[in-house]
Amino acid sequence: MARYIVSRVGQALLVLWAAFTISFVLLQAMPGDAVLIKFQNPEYGLSAEQIADIRAAYDADGSVLPQYVHTIGNFVTGDFGYSLQAGVAVSAQLAANLPSTIRLAGLAFAAAAVLAVIIAVLSNLSGFGRLRSFIQSLPSLFVSIPTFWLGIMLIQIFSFRFRLVPVINPGEWEGLILPVLTIAVPISAPMAQILLRNIDEVLTRPFVSVARAKGASHAFVLWQHVAKNAFLPVLTVAGVLFGELLAGAVITETVFGLNGIGSLTEQAVNFQDVAVLQAIVVISAAAFVAINLAVDLLYPVLDPRLKTKLGAVS
Amino acid sequence: MTILEAGERHRNIDSPNPLDWISAAPAAEVATRAPAKARSYTLPIQPGLIFAYFILAIALLWAVAPGLFTSYDPVQGLPGQQLKAPSALHFLGTDALGRDLYTRLVYGAVHSLTGALAAVVIGLFAGTALGVIAGSIGGWVDEIIMRVVDVLLSIPALLLSLSIIILLGFGTVNAAIAVGFTSIASFARLVRSEVVSVRRSEYVEAAFGSGGTFFKVLWRHVLPNSLTSVIAFTALQVGSAILQLSTLGFLGYGAPPPTPEWGLLIAEGRNYIATAWWLTAAPGIVAVLVVLSVNRVSQAIGKAQR
Repeated sequence: MARYIVSRVGQALLVLWAAFTISFVLLQAMPGDAVLIKFQNPEYGLSAEQIADIRAAYDADGSVLPQYVHTIGNFVTGDFGYSLQAGVAVSAQLAANLPSTIRLAGLAFAAAAVLAVIIAVLSNLSGFGRLRSFIQSLPSLFVSIPTFWLGIMLIQIFSFRFRLVPVINPGEWEGLILPVLTIAVPISAPMAQILLRNIDEVLTRPFVSVARAKGASHAFVLWQHVAKNAFLPVLTVAGVLFGELLAGAVITETVFGLNGIGSLTEQAVNFQDVAVLQAIVVISAAAFVAINLAVDLLYPVLDPRLKTKLGAVS
Repeated sequence: MTILEAGERHRNIDSPNPLDWISAAPAAEVATRAPAKARSYTLPIQPGLIFAYFILAIALLWAVAPGLFTSYDPVQGLPGQQLKAPSALHFLGTDALGRDLYTRLVYGAVHSLTGALAAVVIGLFAGTALGVIAGSIGGWVDEIIMRVVDVLLSIPALLLSLSIIILLGFGTVNAAIAVGFTSIASFARLVRSEVVSVRRSEYVEAAFGSGGTFFKVLWRHVLPNSLTSVIAFTALQVGSAILQLSTLGFLGYGAPPPTPEWGLLIAEGRNYIATAWWLTAAPGIVAVLVVLSVNRVSQAIGKAQR
């Protein structure tokens, strides 16, 4: 077991290092000069020597390999460099913006889970005939809707048409209702799909027939016997869902004008602020790797059947 | 091949794209719920599928010959016709510059669709090349390529495409490249798994045994047989590429105004949500319909292959 954990952690670190390297190659080693783009702007009125000084401060002229070693050393100690646009440390920017995004994403994740369960339960309760096929087609509709458009339509319908939720100067929690819903809808789709498929699969197992034969009602079987077996596999896509959540946050924060990692990302792209984007890319890759690692290690604990064949868990 | 195997083959749950997981669903349904239905020999008429083909045909015609569908100009506005609600004259209304929204949607199809196609072609070719190399050579080459694929999958697709956008700059072509780049990893993974399973089959062994060279067997036997399940996946990717491109367009990283790209249309209409609802509603509905249709068709392709 200990060996398994060590090798999994080692693999995770390797993926993380490779993610850093890819983002470094994409963002910093390639030609293109964000320092020049920003400071050549005549508004700043800088002389050639001053620009050269700034470039030296940002180490923009150094050769690639020492820069790489330097940057990776800094990243390990939590120093992500300086934002060109804001002129402050990227780590400070991240620390300032992370809490609001985590709150948004966490609420959205919870809402998505609730939505997915509602879809799964409704389509599995008897007496829904035609409605059942409609409910089962909801997830494929949900993934076909552009997130940003969904956000705008929600504003249009709930804020401007029915005036239910204010968008101009909303309360702290009131302002989160529509953004959370916007992210939750596309995230709930894959969850619901997996739930629906697993429920169908588990319902064919012998122990379900046994429970039925003993006289259990459909709802009882679903809740007592099927639910646990159907929920666990959702964990396997937790890492991917996290990526979707982050993408949803980028779009939603832009649409609703919220502060957070998403709007930080958008600004970083607008101003070619490479250091900020690289930090965000590496941190999200780290989160993805960490989530997958946690799921891998937790899965045998949650599903004792897997303990005997640990090597098969991937 | 048994039905169950077919289901397994199409599961691609670890792909970054939720659409891939959905393509897995019908396979499981066939395997678990309705084995009797799958045996029926007459093809039932599927109104949903016909409708999907119909929508796609119209979207393609919009892209190929927009002039047939509208007589207005997509870029030049009409004086005195600003922000008109949908009517007989402009049946999806007009925007702030007096341009007919329906006309802009029709002319925008070519940008949204060719962009998505270009992106998918990039992903398909690069991904297939990587997958075939990894799957056929094996050994450390396979190991390295698949590790890189793992890493690419660990970065959220949107962030990956934004990194490419920062690198290349804004624009229609660059947005398409960025979106295409994000799908390389999923294509490579799928193709590799197919190649690995095809390589183990008897006819490939027989081809080698009767004196075929490595490349000839690869080209004649392994590649064509590996690509069948890739077709449905490719169709699926077109839908997600349309979505991703419209997102980049909405954020302002795609085609510059006054290009009538669908995402950009929604972004422009956003300033008038309180007064002119049709400016955001119509382009979004068109995009959703097209993406739904693409997904429906790809689902049908996937089913037909089994």
